[in-house]
Amino acid sequence: MRLFITALSALILLPAVAIAIEIQEVKTKGGLTAWLVQESSIPFVSIDIQFSGGASLDLPGKRGATNLMVGLLEEGTGDMDARDFAAATEGLAASFGFDASNDSISISAKMLTENRDQAVALLRRALIAPRFDQVSIDRVKSQVKSIIVSDLKDPDKIASRAFSAAAFGDHPYGSSINGTEAELAALTRDDLITAQKNAMARDRVFIGASGDISPDELAQLLDDLLGDLPATGSPMPTQATYQLTGGVSVIPYETPQSVAVFGHEGIKRDDDDFFAAYILNHVLGGAGFESRMMNEVREKRGLTYGIGTYLYPLDYGELYIGQVASSNDRMAEVIQVVTEEWARMAESGLTAEELSAAKTFLTGAYPLRFDGNSRIAGILTGMQATGLDITYPETRNDKVNAVTQQDIARVAKRILRPEDLRFVIVGQPEGVENTD
Amino acid sequence: MKQFFAALIIAATATPLIAGENIKSFKLANGMEAVVIEDQRSPVVVNMVWYRAGAADEPRGKSGIAHLLEHLLFKGTDELEPGEFSKIVAANGGSDNAFTAKDYTAYFQRVAADRLELMIKMESDRMRDLRITEEDVFTERDVVLEERSQRTDSDPGALFGEQRTAAQFLNHPYGIPTIGWRHEASTLTRADALAFYETYYAPNNAILVVAGDVVAADVQALAEKYFGPLKASADLPVRQRVTEPPQLAERRLKFADERVAQPYVTRSYLAPERNAGDQKDAAALTILAELLGGSSQTSFLGKRLQFDEQIAVYSSAFYSGQSLDKTTFGLVVVPDEGVTLQQAEDAMDRVLAEFLEQPVDQEQMGRIKQQIKASEIYGRDSLRGQANAYGSALTQGLTIADVDAWPDVLSAVTEEDIKAAAIKVFDRRQAVTGWLMRTGVDQ
Repeated sequence: MRLFITALSALILLPAVAIAIEIQEVKTKGGLTAWLVQESSIPFVSIDIQFSGGASLDLPGKRGATNLMVGLLEEGTGDMDARDFAAATEGLAASFGFDASNDSISISAKMLTENRDQAVALLRRALIAPRFDQVSIDRVKSQVKSIIVSDLKDPDKIASRAFSAAAFGDHPYGSSINGTEAELAALTRDDLITAQKNAMARDRVFIGASGDISPDELAQLLDDLLGDLPATGSPMPTQATYQLTGGVSVIPYETPQSVAVFGHEGIKRDDDDFFAAYILNHVLGGAGFESRMMNEVREKRGLTYGIGTYLYPLDYGELYIGQVASSNDRMAEVIQVVTEEWARMAESGLTAEELSAAKTFLTGAYPLRFDGNSRIAGILTGMQATGLDITYPETRNDKVNAVTQQDIARVAKRILRPEDLRFVIVGQPEGVENTD
Repeated sequence: MKQFFAALIIAATATPLIAGENIKSFKLANGMEAVVIEDQRSPVVVNMVWYRAGAADEPRGKSGIAHLLEHLLFKGTDELEPGEFSKIVAANGGSDNAFTAKDYTAYFQRVAADRLELMIKMESDRMRDLRITEEDVFTERDVVLEERSQRTDSDPGALFGEQRTAAQFLNHPYGIPTIGWRHEASTLTRADALAFYETYYAPNNAILVVAGDVVAADVQALAEKYFGPLKASADLPVRQRVTEPPQLAERRLKFADERVAQPYVTRSYLAPERNAGDQKDAAALTILAELLGGSSQTSFLGKRLQFDEQIAVYSSAFYSGQSLDKTTFGLVVVPDEGVTLQQAEDAMDRVLAEFLEQPVDQEQMGRIKQQIKASEIYGRDSLRGQANAYGSALTQGLTIADVDAWPDVLSAVTEEDIKAAAIKVFDRRQAVTGWLMRTGVDQ
């Protein structure tokens, strides 16, 4: 498929390049589905596995359990302790990443073709039979605690945590996946076993793979790797309710530069208006140097090193947020400019030139994403978790191009609500007061 | 759980190990060098221009000028309006950015392979024809000061690092932060920026690196067409920085800040760097860092301090041999709860002494060498990584042959090499030991 774009200037005459990858769907005998891009020029494979639900499946009073459990997956299995497991992984030059977030647990593996079977066997043991021995639990707890304590001193973290807490209240989205110091301290081995059983089940897994492996080999590998996990896990998390109102919250903190997190409720990923919202945000604050926010706040006024805005659709709640840092004596001006830009966009949407430039960028950049096995594997998993079709890469640019200036104007009025903007500011901003 | 602290202490710029068969190079008549990395997997290209000019090349008193100039290169030329460079890249679906380090400044775009000509054309334009106003410079200086606030002044770990580096180098400009001391960076002018630009931005001081879905001959034709007509600088200064006097006294720093959540102790030793045709000592130090503190679970420090004794929540050893002039070998220990910094430092020294007394763990050596071999394979997955490897090497005194030989030099390192390198580098008279502490907390 080739798409043609309107020329912006005499320099720009080239069409967007075609998507160069071919995605295959792989069904295993054990009933798993995976997407694969087979590319054999480099002798290794990247596999990305994602379990939906993630840390939001923490049981009441057990915040932090899923995150701690994931941190312990590489700390030993069977008769291997953490050191043995690491030594075996390093000896195979494999790399296994384990990560927890509010919506998922993800496992990303890179394995050489020459010893792939051994690497899979090793990873399987970690997933099926983690030791969760007390010495490791204590050691990883002290690491997580160190992070909790560090976050309490980090202005960015303080601001985003405060925003999430006020936005989502008691829902897991309102608190850190690490838990508090007290919650972490109270977690037991049984809590970790329960957390794993609840979260790492075959009924919620998405798999992407890219590299030197055939569909049949991948199918066999996945049944070997994941076949012995439980078929079902616990019920999925409940919907979060957005609870914040417009206004300013200042959290005093002694630092030369204030940090602000700002925003309001967002838009769901499967909303019909999502593409229009995505383009709109690209121009408002998503496009890096080319965005209105960067232009107004950084380029014209030199008020910040960087400002960005983001559509943030989680599985059970959605935000439209932005972040900026500026000197204490200049933050008041930043708030004013951000609010004005938010309102200007809500009122008048995009110009024809802005829409055209955004489409050209978004359609041109999209094919460039599929670059490198690790990136591709992650993209394939993300597409499935988001509920996208396997042919999505071929139709995606058409969807972007189909958005009109009228769509944007309508969606701008719908999703941008300057009166609902909440600024959470950490620092000592001059001339900025709490509104409530 | 291994990567929690990776970003805490150092932003290690690990360059991938790469093999040479798909690597081509050429040189233009005006002295500009070029490296092409052919990789046809995706229709993508990374286009980079590297200048042999970084923060360590700045005139005294003008710290931050290399970095400010990097920002200003996006402001406009005789052919492009301010901001138009990035706008055109974006209009082609590409992304662009730049970075400044002690030894180099580099500009890059990631774009569809059929847009390469446009990128090369624009890079050639801004190599010689920058046009900036006083106002551009003042606004951008404000941006840079905000950048300094965000990345350094708001982060006690970064401020601590700045102080330690300044203490490490008694005379060499590596002691000066790349972003500049605030009191100097805040007074930089348009004239300062243009003086640096005119001195260093010339084809005979630049390297073009192109990686992706291209053929070297085509890249050469484009380079000839756009960079070829640029005049070489006749008075490019010889790149000879001032050198260190003998370092005769250990320096010790205690840095306290209210915002420190996690205290730690760290030490850096002055260390030799990789040199063209002479990378053996650096290879030994690279393997030494891996053995001592590469992996949290299996390295000597990690095993002793995080497993045998619960002294540390994190420990590491780090060394990057890629540097034009002398570099450092570093150690860090983040103490566990209830362990003081003094106890952590004592334990670090005790374990270091043990390491020197005991034979090297051959199994661990084997695993490290297996990983080195594998990283040649994994490294080929990233265009940016490969382009960075060559661009940084060529601006830091190495040649393509040195980059290609590096994996073999690493593989040839023996136990004796490691011990000899360790004994030589662990000289406390050339070391800076620092404690990062929380104000008012007794350590």
